[in-house]
Amino acid sequence: MLTSLALRERHLALGARFAPFAGWEMPLQYQGIVAEHLAVRERVGVFDVSHLARAWVESPRAAEQLRSVTTFDILSLPEGKAHYSLYCNDEGGIEDDIFIYHLPEDRWLVIHNAAHAEADFERLRMVAGDAASEVTQETVMLAVQGPEAMVLLGRLFGPAIAALEPRDCVELDWRETSVLFARTGYTGEDGGECIVEAGSAGELWDAFVSGGATPCGLGARDTLRLEAALPLHGNDIDPTTHPYEAGLGFAVSLDDGASFIGRDALVEAKARPRTRRLAHLAARGRGVIRAGYDVREAGGGEVVAQLTSGGHSPSLRLGIGLAYLPVELAKRGTMLEVDVRGRALPVEVVRRPFYRTPKDS
Amino acid sequence: MEYQTPENLLYTADHEWLRREGDDSDEVTVGITEFAQEQLGDVVYLELPADGTALSAGEPFGEIESAKTVAELFAPVSGELIGSNGELEDRPELVNESPYDEGWIVRVRLSDASELDGLLDADAYRELIPED
Repeated sequence: MLTSLALRERHLALGARFAPFAGWEMPLQYQGIVAEHLAVRERVGVFDVSHLARAWVESPRAAEQLRSVTTFDILSLPEGKAHYSLYCNDEGGIEDDIFIYHLPEDRWLVIHNAAHAEADFERLRMVAGDAASEVTQETVMLAVQGPEAMVLLGRLFGPAIAALEPRDCVELDWRETSVLFARTGYTGEDGGECIVEAGSAGELWDAFVSGGATPCGLGARDTLRLEAALPLHGNDIDPTTHPYEAGLGFAVSLDDGASFIGRDALVEAKARPRTRRLAHLAARGRGVIRAGYDVREAGGGEVVAQLTSGGHSPSLRLGIGLAYLPVELAKRGTMLEVDVRGRALPVEVVRRPFYRTPKDS
Repeated sequence: MEYQTPENLLYTADHEWLRREGDDSDEVTVGITEFAQEQLGDVVYLELPADGTALSAGEPFGEIESAKTVAELFAPVSGELIGSNGELEDRPELVNESPYDEGWIVRVRLSDASELDGLLDADAYRELIPED
């Protein structure tokens, strides 16, 4: 049984083609993955990402409770700020990657991946008891992304939006409804994500679309995040990978001395020389490299890894992918091959991200 | 959704079309149908064999990659590949935009014209398109 989005009818009316994803019936695409992808790179797109699980922890002890199960030092996270973090296991493997928002009056919002919604909420229950409450079904989450996103958001929510820094989060009023807004995203573009109660979400979605945002599905979300080299849990990171080899050391705080699940293993992992690293591969020939394909040493050599993600980059018009490579092969400029169903396609280890928005370069 | 299925073409159950270049010509042009391109989504790359390659009816001869998936191309008839659409190297999206015209994929010289009798006409092919 798939869970339907609150805005399903609107997506349908816009021509969405749906696909099951982590128990949800999600729009895969509307007009087409490439057109939606380019709309986000060049203008602005809107995504319904309500499948992401949302839970509050509201208590004066919430920060400590959350800290005991997550990797980032949220005790130093100021009010009005959000940060990326991880749930790790005792071995330091990544159980899920999450976002934590710090709101006034000891209120903390945690965003989980849909596939782990239950286990993650159970974690919160364990440490926070009744102070943890899930609001996934009652709310809708919309991501507005692209170089023109902040202009559109400013028109709707007021010019103060423009003053927000990346990862700032704020509660604002829009047409008598409260919107939780954070300057965050998963595309490599500027923009933000809004959480609003389901009853008012249709009106907000319509305002974004009539304001010029292109409706975008999970297909474009995946190609955008891959170009931005943002890992996807279940593909690029999982309970057997640790944050340092995945390039996620920024999400782990060890210096604050706080105790959390996985800390001992992570202290050790950090001190140990890496044996493998999540590397970024760009095709140097025509063809598409996809998750699961073998990566070989050049010249038909040994299989050294499998791609954890892969696809066609609409912005760069070439195949791109991620793989955990032995460190000696993970150096920029190394030439390898990907086995594309029996055909050897040359690939090069490149720097991350694959695609950089023009303003950063 | 109504998909175009031009009457002057022949079709396969693999959602490819074939056009004979003249009544008695042994040259045919092959592509994929509007339904097929819609199912695949944005086409980003085609892997095709070199001119001169021998094709045998029903066997895979190439691959078509879209943003989300990859599908095999099957030879609708036996014969020799005598050309492929070079425009698709830089503009694979022509398969989506113009599946029956600018998005043609290969030309084949038939080795057995009687194989054409085994293909579907537009009416028969339309029966194979699932209704959403």
